[in-house]
Amino acid sequence: MKGYNFAYLDEQTKRMIRRGLLKAVAIPGHQVPFGSREMPLPYGWGTGGIQVTASILGSDDVLKVIDQGADDTTNAVSIRRFFARTAGVATTTATAEATVIQTRHRIPEKQLREDQIIVYQVPQPEPLFRLESSRVETKRMHGLSDYGLMHVKLYEDISRFGQISISYDYPVMVNERYLMSPSPIPAFDNPKMDMMPALQLFGAGREKRIYAIPPWTRVKSLDFDDHPFRTINASHPCGLCGATDSYLDEVVVDNHGGRLFVCSDTDHCAERRAAGHVGADGFREAAE
Amino acid sequence: MLQTRALTKSFTLHLRGGLRMPVLSGVDLDVRAGECVVLSGPSGTGKSTLMRSLYGNYRAESGSILVRHAGEMVDIAAADPRTILAVRHETLGYVSQFLRVVPRVPALDVVAEVLLTRGIDQDTARETARSLLLRLNIPSRLHAIPPATFSGGEQQRVNLARGFIANHPILLLDEPTASLDAENRAVVVQMVRDAKAKGTAIVAICHDADVRDVIADRLFTMSPYQDAA
Amino acid sequence: MTEPTLLSGRGLNLKFGSITALSDVDVDLWPGEMLAIVGESGSGKTTLLNVLSGRLVPDNGVVWYREPDDRLHDVHAMPAPVLRTLHRSDWGFVHQDPRQNLRMTVSAGGNVGERLMARGARHYGDIRATALGWLEQVEIDANRIDDLPRTFSGGMLQRLQIARTLVTHPRLVFMDEPTGGLDVSVQARLLDLIRSLVTRLRIAVVLVTHDIAVARLLAHRIAVMQRGRIVETGLTDQVLDDPRHPYTQLLVSSVLSA
Repeated sequence: MKGYNFAYLDEQTKRMIRRGLLKAVAIPGHQVPFGSREMPLPYGWGTGGIQVTASILGSDDVLKVIDQGADDTTNAVSIRRFFARTAGVATTTATAEATVIQTRHRIPEKQLREDQIIVYQVPQPEPLFRLESSRVETKRMHGLSDYGLMHVKLYEDISRFGQISISYDYPVMVNERYLMSPSPIPAFDNPKMDMMPALQLFGAGREKRIYAIPPWTRVKSLDFDDHPFRTINASHPCGLCGATDSYLDEVVVDNHGGRLFVCSDTDHCAERRAAGHVGADGFREAAE
Repeated sequence: MLQTRALTKSFTLHLRGGLRMPVLSGVDLDVRAGECVVLSGPSGTGKSTLMRSLYGNYRAESGSILVRHAGEMVDIAAADPRTILAVRHETLGYVSQFLRVVPRVPALDVVAEVLLTRGIDQDTARETARSLLLRLNIPSRLHAIPPATFSGGEQQRVNLARGFIANHPILLLDEPTASLDAENRAVVVQMVRDAKAKGTAIVAICHDADVRDVIADRLFTMSPYQDAA
Repeated sequence: MTEPTLLSGRGLNLKFGSITALSDVDVDLWPGEMLAIVGESGSGKTTLLNVLSGRLVPDNGVVWYREPDDRLHDVHAMPAPVLRTLHRSDWGFVHQDPRQNLRMTVSAGGNVGERLMARGARHYGDIRATALGWLEQVEIDANRIDDLPRTFSGGMLQRLQIARTLVTHPRLVFMDEPTGGLDVSVQARLLDLIRSLVTRLRIAVVLVTHDIAVARLLAHRIAVMQRGRIVETGLTDQVLDDPRHPYTQLLVSSVLSA
């Protein structure tokens, strides 16, 4: 594409971001400030993730972009096309074929490999954001590993609701040192982060922060000994492929309250259906 | 047990332009175990001052106040605050003329507290306090009430219980029977006798001639600014 | 013969611009004792408290703290994380205004449990039970454990602050006018509570107050400050009954009694 550098950003910017990424990888879970650039889409639309992806993309890479697990939503399509045009890289919807996966709000069901990188879009990198409004204070808390306040929040949840009520963006301890926001992925996805073989990078454009989890790092969701963290499986299987262990979206199909529960991860679902799995509503989709 | 040498004490009233009031001058006093010495002399001769000096409440200007504490002689006049606290805790007891009232604490606990700080368990401490209060004719119904509303005589009896309960080897009594009726005076006299029998050394101020005659083994007469043994 | 001190300040000096806040102050605190620092406004007593607790750095002078293992630490030379940990565990600070030390949007139980959680307590049931126990100790109705401090009276807030501070069994607690601004009956209750807790738990306390009656009631030793200097120090009853320094005599004679 004429007039633009490979993957849109100039090389100096990429270098600056890569330096930030190296620092982030060296200190798992620690937030590194970076000089977030003006991108051709507004804050809140993934500018942080895009800048990270732009900085690490090479001409041989294969890029997958998902939004809430789906390759075919507007945002995922836009971002994928953006990189196709500015970098000319190959793109894919198949998780297994991708070398770089940019994601908003989900981790793919398929386990990632050591040769893959997953880039998360992060709206608010500070896990203590709602509990402590002073940035000076949260910086100090991170620096001193002083995270009692986060546990107080969990305690409050249990005292009020009988259980920890956080369903997404569930706080984690990375490498037993830093408290981190995993971005608004569902709590269901948290266990995938623990000892993941792939490199995990996080970019927050508006807040101008980068953080990272190197491969094979311990990531533990916060909990109490007598109220341990547990994921909750949906009570329905996927209507299309019959999967019982994936994260489901609820889809309204008509004006009469009809609904369908389908895998949020579109690639995962497609793969299962291609392999012959059929869900209870699978025939219905084929018929339409 | 207790010995003062050349004890001197004066007060400088800065609010009166630095007016100096000498009270004690070269006081030598000896008290042995099991003995009760009553300080006598007209008002203003420094009996109370001497007593408070013995307790370390007033700080001596010069001279020494030797007290047998934990097998050694400790000079109260020269000791650091921690040592004085230790001496007061284990060796030296003081029954002042008036009960210093602490809000909210029931009479029983005012007395029992003394034993609690000695590591005695709460039940035993309370039981001992109870019997002592009863001996001093403070009825059970008053035990759970803070002494602030008690009469002067009742307060003084709580004070006495507090002073006697710990069995200090040396006891300082400032007007122990002042607000008491005949019956209670007799109780106190007996308590003093019991203490003496246990080897307690007692220094007392007592204006009541009858009581004084009964409890005193010796009088220590004080006169203005001067003293003779 | 004398046992070692728990906390000692030597040669403390501090000026705020041209105002002398502390001038050659030496102070000692022994384990399990309560020291009252009294003085009027501007005497430097709160400044001294802040210097002793590491919150303010003196211009010169040193504050030593002795750990249970007998090691001495220079409070102002400690790295920030160490001082912060100390404040959350072995030390406590009770502010005059309890709101400064409480999280008003967190329940009473959460407030009391926070220091435990900050220290690594991870069993919800145990934390809650400990919090309940402490609420009982400070005479707050157990039913209020899930209530927000917003709904508490001034006296209750102060008692909650005390529970929150003592939950980690600190060896040393700094108190800045803990009964300031409270109604008299509320004060009495609070003072009694402090007295019994401190005695029972053998906590060393540095208490700053302008109220001599509070010092008389609670403290073993007292230091009288005037214009940045300690003018007299000794056992509480000694200093208050036999005041020697002119300022102390003025202070003692000025106290109204009911």
